Amino acid sequence: MINPGKNLIAMAGNPNCGKTTLFNAITGAHQHVGNYPGITVEKKEGYCQVNGIQMQLVDLPGTYSLTAYSPEELVARNFLIQDRPSVVINIVDSSNLERNLYLTVQLLELGVPVLIALNMVDMAASRGVEINYKELGRRLRLPVIPTVARTGKGKAELLEATVQMAQKVDGWEPLHISYGPDIDPVLDKMEAQIQPSGFLTDLHHGRWTALKYLETDEEVIRKGRERDRAVSDKLEELAEQVSQHLQKTLDSYPEAIIADHRYGFITALLKEGVVKQNYKADRLFLSDQLDRVLINRFFGPVLMMLIIYGVYLFTFTYSRAPVEWLGAAFSALGRFADSSLPPGPLKSLLISGVIDGVGGVLGFVPLILFMFFAIAFLEDTGYLARVAYMLDRIFRTFGLHGSSVMAYIISGGIAGGCAVPGVLATRTLRSPRERIATLITAPFMNCGAKLPVFAMLIAAFFPEKEAQLMFVLTILSWIAALLIAKLIRSTVLRGPSTPFLLELPPYRLPTFKGLLIHTWERAWQYVRKAGTIILAFSILFWALMSFPGLPKSEKELYDQIRGSILAEAPQGVRKSLLNSKASAESSNAETAPYRLRLQGVDYEEAHAALKNSIAGRIGSALATITASKNGFDWRINVALLSGIAAKEIILSTMGTAYSLGWSRRGEKIPLSGRLAADPSMTPLKAFSLIIFIMLYAPCLATITCIIRESSWKWGLFSMTFNTAAAFIISMLVYRGGIWLGLG
Amino acid sequence: MAIIPLRKMTKGQRGTIHRVTARGELGRRIRDMGLVPGTPFQVQGRAPLKDPVAIRLRNFTLTLRNSESDFIEAEVEETL
Repeated sequence: MINPGKNLIAMAGNPNCGKTTLFNAITGAHQHVGNYPGITVEKKEGYCQVNGIQMQLVDLPGTYSLTAYSPEELVARNFLIQDRPSVVINIVDSSNLERNLYLTVQLLELGVPVLIALNMVDMAASRGVEINYKELGRRLRLPVIPTVARTGKGKAELLEATVQMAQKVDGWEPLHISYGPDIDPVLDKMEAQIQPSGFLTDLHHGRWTALKYLETDEEVIRKGRERDRAVSDKLEELAEQVSQHLQKTLDSYPEAIIADHRYGFITALLKEGVVKQNYKADRLFLSDQLDRVLINRFFGPVLMMLIIYGVYLFTFTYSRAPVEWLGAAFSALGRFADSSLPPGPLKSLLISGVIDGVGGVLGFVPLILFMFFAIAFLEDTGYLARVAYMLDRIFRTFGLHGSSVMAYIISGGIAGGCAVPGVLATRTLRSPRERIATLITAPFMNCGAKLPVFAMLIAAFFPEKEAQLMFVLTILSWIAALLIAKLIRSTVLRGPSTPFLLELPPYRLPTFKGLLIHTWERAWQYVRKAGTIILAFSILFWALMSFPGLPKSEKELYDQIRGSILAEAPQGVRKSLLNSKASAESSNAETAPYRLRLQGVDYEEAHAALKNSIAGRIGSALATITASKNGFDWRINVALLSGIAAKEIILSTMGTAYSLGWSRRGEKIPLSGRLAADPSMTPLKAFSLIIFIMLYAPCLATITCIIRESSWKWGLFSMTFNTAAAFIISMLVYRGGIWLGLG
Repeated sequence: MAIIPLRKMTKGQRGTIHRVTARGELGRRIRDMGLVPGTPFQVQGRAPLKDPVAIRLRNFTLTLRNSESDFIEAEVEETL
């Protein structure tokens, strides 16, 4: 029998080394994407069977190093230290051996049992690089298995070797390499301090602890201080001494010397008979040739715009049909519930709260699927890194990162996007401050749900200027997002930009299977994690809009009016009015006038109930401020409040709020007509409203995704900060307009 | 041989890393990517807005911002 602790295997490697492809090849569909507790780094786990033994595989985030500077590296390191996998499969890109082995050296320094998967040996061979993997394994004293993750070549041998190794190993054995005459004696001295006191030795070897103190690794030093202040102080003192000595004599630092020696170790390792370069290294490979065009000063940006536009089209064009099917299915379900349930609050909860809520959650799924597919394709081919490279100069000015562009475009940087997939697209961003700033500002973009609201307001107050105004609004949203990002990055998210240092990996064609797994896992994660929260929120909003309802006396009044209309109608007409639940379309000339009058009463009742609801009361209370500052009365306020549930709801709430006088002439006037005819509404107020809608709190689905992608704190921040920004800017528009005499 | 900051190097120019003066996270990142003294490299080009810069070393392409390349000194052949 195998020890149950023995079958935990970790996979570690650089970004772009084919680690995830290999993980997919091994685990197939038996995998699961989650998050490490408290942070947003993805945790990928999977299972596989080898010789009847079940093994649990964890795909650690791709990293170049094992420092404490980034959450990815910290997660990888802490997983190794705390979960103590029995074997670490270290995937090494054989066409980029030196830099990939730098991580290997750090794994070996830590002491975990390592097995090397020498990946993409086919690619290396095509570049004329021949690696004597047996000799490499002999020198490092560990198994080296050549693999090609894309085709699955070497997979069986790799798993076989892993199982064998897992059964054999006991304990960690760190690799001792020399860091030169200045560091080595200090390491020995520090180890002598560590060993007798058992300082952190339950977690890792003393030499590794000492090395981290020399590298001034904040995480290890913090843990050390907690454990034993006296020992930690002594180690810090020793590290400080050697640091000062090195600065004086060599004008260098311990961490620099240590890195030099790691690379020195690798160079020595690969010398004489391990790597053979068959032809000149300077040859231009296909990837470099592609880059001559794709990141060319002139063609690069043009092609980039076309490709980004292509991603946008792909995401929003192909998802349209499934979104419509889902929408139709849920409205059919709503109609079914409407006709089969007795009226009352339960029915309203089911239809407006639950069915609309679930429909709202699932409605985003096609968009998310297509977005993740497109982004994963760009990322896996290596093009996304080029986009960041080309655009970094612009975005950095505003405290963002070149990769922020994808989140902006998907959110509606090209009008008509959606902030939900947009917010999820920030996952490709690894710089924490830049990422949060992108998360908060991406919802300023004009998403597809805001557009019909804008279109209605433009039709009412700026007719025949639709195209120009929509263009202006797109530009305005970009300006607002970038400037507010700058504001956030120089206040709440102040701090130097995260080092850019981005690798431009060779272009590669991703595997279709890998793309599908990637896309599916993330969409499912959205449904599971975000879906439940969105559903709870939409029920909350339903309650705000529905309670406390009208007082009994008023309700009776509306029933009386309905009764008297029915009494006026001739016998036959009354019967059909009472019987059929069908819409006005099925009515004939005789019943139509009565039906319209009845509907008018219904609308008036809905209007009164809305005004009396919690949301309506909040709207009225807020109107004492917003009426003079932004030009919004209670009807607009309540519509804006309902718009937090989903922006397109603004239209239907305004429809209810503005329904007074609807029945006067007995014909249906569209909302834009009613607004234009309303003497209290002016073009200036409408423009102030457009600006407010563009900028205020993201919709619940977006807020939920922001929470999932960062924390509750930032979710609440996006709600309050964005609303405050909207309030101030729309006030400037409104008051400024009045001052200029435009009111 | 002359020692100049990486920022001053032109497209296509070759050099060898002489010194990395950055400390902390940036210093660590630069070294992690293999930019340690003695490493030969070549400037591949610059982004359309002249920043970041792309360099080729150890069989891969690395890009870094000009502000980051200020911390890297390179040894280059003297040009007349």
